[in-house]
Amino acid sequence: MDLFDIIVSILGSTIRLSIPLLFTALAGLFTERAGVFDIGLEGKMLAAAFASACVAYVTGNAWLGLLGGIGVSILFSLIHGFASITNRGNQIVSGVALNFIAAGLTIVLGQAWFGQGGRTPQLPASGRFSPIILPGADAMRDVPVIGPIYANVISGNNILTYLAFLAVPLSWWVLYRTRFGLRLRAVGENPGAVDTAGISVTWLRYRAVIVAGFLCGFSGAYLSIAQSAAFIKDMSAGKGYIALAALIFAKWKPVPVMFACLLFGFLDAFANFMQGKAVPGIGEVPVQIFQALPYILTCVLLAGFIGIAHPPKAGGVPYTKER
Amino acid sequence: MSGLRIRKGKALSQHPAIELIGIDKSFGAVHANKNINLSVAKGTIHGIIGENGAGKSTLMSILYGFYQADRGEIRVDGQSVAIKDSQAAIGHGIGMVHQHFMLVENFSVLENIMLGAEGGQLLAKGRSGARAELKRLEDEYGLEVDPDAIIEDLPVGTQQRVEILKALYRGADILILDEPTGVLTPAEADHLFKVLKVLRDQGKTVILITHKLREIMAITDDVSVMRRGEMVATRKTAETTVEELAELMVGRRVLLRVEKGEPKVGKVLLSVRNLTVKDSRGVVMVDDVSFDVREGEIVGIAGVAGNGQSELLEAIAGIRKPASGEIQLDGKPIADADPARLRELGLAHIPEDRHHMGLVLKFEEYENAVLGYHRDKRYGSGALLDLNAIRADAAEKIEKYDIRPPNPRLKTANFSGGNQQKIVVAREIERDPKALIIGQPTRGVDIGAIEFIHRRIVEMRDAGKAILLVSVELDEIRSLSDRILVMFAGKVVGEKGADASEQTLGLMMAGIAA
Repeated sequence: MDLFDIIVSILGSTIRLSIPLLFTALAGLFTERAGVFDIGLEGKMLAAAFASACVAYVTGNAWLGLLGGIGVSILFSLIHGFASITNRGNQIVSGVALNFIAAGLTIVLGQAWFGQGGRTPQLPASGRFSPIILPGADAMRDVPVIGPIYANVISGNNILTYLAFLAVPLSWWVLYRTRFGLRLRAVGENPGAVDTAGISVTWLRYRAVIVAGFLCGFSGAYLSIAQSAAFIKDMSAGKGYIALAALIFAKWKPVPVMFACLLFGFLDAFANFMQGKAVPGIGEVPVQIFQALPYILTCVLLAGFIGIAHPPKAGGVPYTKER
Repeated sequence: MSGLRIRKGKALSQHPAIELIGIDKSFGAVHANKNINLSVAKGTIHGIIGENGAGKSTLMSILYGFYQADRGEIRVDGQSVAIKDSQAAIGHGIGMVHQHFMLVENFSVLENIMLGAEGGQLLAKGRSGARAELKRLEDEYGLEVDPDAIIEDLPVGTQQRVEILKALYRGADILILDEPTGVLTPAEADHLFKVLKVLRDQGKTVILITHKLREIMAITDDVSVMRRGEMVATRKTAETTVEELAELMVGRRVLLRVEKGEPKVGKVLLSVRNLTVKDSRGVVMVDDVSFDVREGEIVGIAGVAGNGQSELLEAIAGIRKPASGEIQLDGKPIADADPARLRELGLAHIPEDRHHMGLVLKFEEYENAVLGYHRDKRYGSGALLDLNAIRADAAEKIEKYDIRPPNPRLKTANFSGGNQQKIVVAREIERDPKALIIGQPTRGVDIGAIEFIHRRIVEMRDAGKAILLVSVELDEIRSLSDRILVMFAGKVVGEKGADASEQTLGLMMAGIAA
């Protein structure tokens, strides 16, 4: 394989590995900009992956599977909302609790229903989102440089991948161009300003966590019924936390979120590629180094080396009227 | 039309703008408003004065729909109305400027003004309309502000203007201002008063909540006095006096001037030489400052907030390390000492901001009463605290300083500002220090407590302590100090006696004269 083929192959897997991060980070973007910290992204993604696989297996329909994932993910969001918005509980505690519930419940239910050690059975082709070959991909394959990139990176992805990239400008538009977005950003900075303007802080924050549940449904479905053909226990494997890191790395802004997710996806793809290979002059680098890079980069950022990241001011604080 | 409300006709009817009848409100055991009756005439500035905790803010929050009254009736323009939330209040033409601004700091002025009145699902549509309306309001009332400026870049006075514009943009005919001058410089306050007069002359009704008598006298047409949840009197401002209002507020005669004799000055206790202090960004905030404070005198430091007084205090108190220079307490160098060591050496510190530095608001009162002195042998040995001794000590201070409610087990956040400050003052003074450094001793403190705290400070001076006092309230500096140093841009620009006039000091504070 020459260098160019390697690059194309790494870019292709970068895209595939970035998508769950992207959906999840955008989900986090909506709740955190509304002032509700969401450490439970991981759990929502996992629960959605499980629900999608179950529904897709039973119905044999990928779209219904996606719908099932979205439904369960929104349910988890509502529990988070009930604990942290309505009852003003600690948002971190609620999120961590949801992660544990998701990790345990998916295995228990999976074992009870399918008896395969927490896995769901292999999905039929109709229960999966298959790669879409864009028009002209095969014809272009022989065009130098552009051809392979078009055929292997841009074409050949499933529908959710394209939706993820569509979700980025859409999220930007919602946040910065609509009334809902203005109010959502305001409630994350100063809920008092929203309350005194006669807008319900509670309902606004609920809507934000519902949007987050909706987006996490996509990332979960992507894992189990697009990228793989079954649910495997703990298949989110910390991606929710990486997405959270990407969100911080991108300073809570939609377009930078996309680039952060692509960067972290690239690091993941590169780590896979480097597995078992020797770096000239250094020797074999443990793959864990690459896996740790997203977190290291985020720590470096938080330490202020790449400019200061200002989280939403009211983030993590339940809203109570004074007194 | 969903954004802008239709404004009501300007024709003045006979009804008062606002009538409150028998308003009653309790928060648990606290009876915040007791059967309040109030009538505010149209086109007037109506002051509501009372000490902190008298129930003024609660009453206005009920009018603005932030709280619901337990009983009582609200009439707007003669019509009985139910105000169940802020949206309803806005709908009845009531706008409020809160004490702590309700602004989104990283939003532009325009975005803040539009929030809640965007004029449709998409922002683009409403934005040009809002811009035009803002321009109109600016022309009509002289409220200039750049719609594209980001709030956090604006000075406090301008931020407040945005709050007023927000209310007017929503079609407010009745404007409530809650302690509007607490955060303003004197010049900004004067400008605010001009704006309020213009608003009144244009037919708006203004309700001004304050605990500053001087503001009431300067600007209001009528004044109502609240005390402990009750409305005790309403007067025409022209027919009352500062003394009468003070007496109505506190319920007894109050001394508005501090009585003190000649100072009996002894040796130098606190000495500062060529002190330079930088802030966290590395900017020089205190620049080569030298002065002495002797036994038995109060040295006041006057200046507009932000001219290095805070950093000077922090450096002496051992909280901020000076960049260079020397500080001595009774002949011992202390520039490197930490606050615990300073307390042992006999330097007490009443910090400028009791909420951030003086108290832990979530602690019970007795815990705060020993904070910083908890290592003292009296309060226990080794790792354990003797809670009984601490509580007994706290109860003693509560009695001596008349801290209310007299309950050492009450959470500190539940005391009023004046009582919180008394907790700090009692803790620092009762240890019988040699020297005392005090920042803003009466910020956000009611008249009764101010009088009490001032008397204590003078007693300390008469007992031969060296006292350094920093305050942005020029009246306070002038009435307490034996000598006055003026700080401007980090330097001490001059020293005056206690008899210096307000004009002289004001010019020095502005850096014009020395």
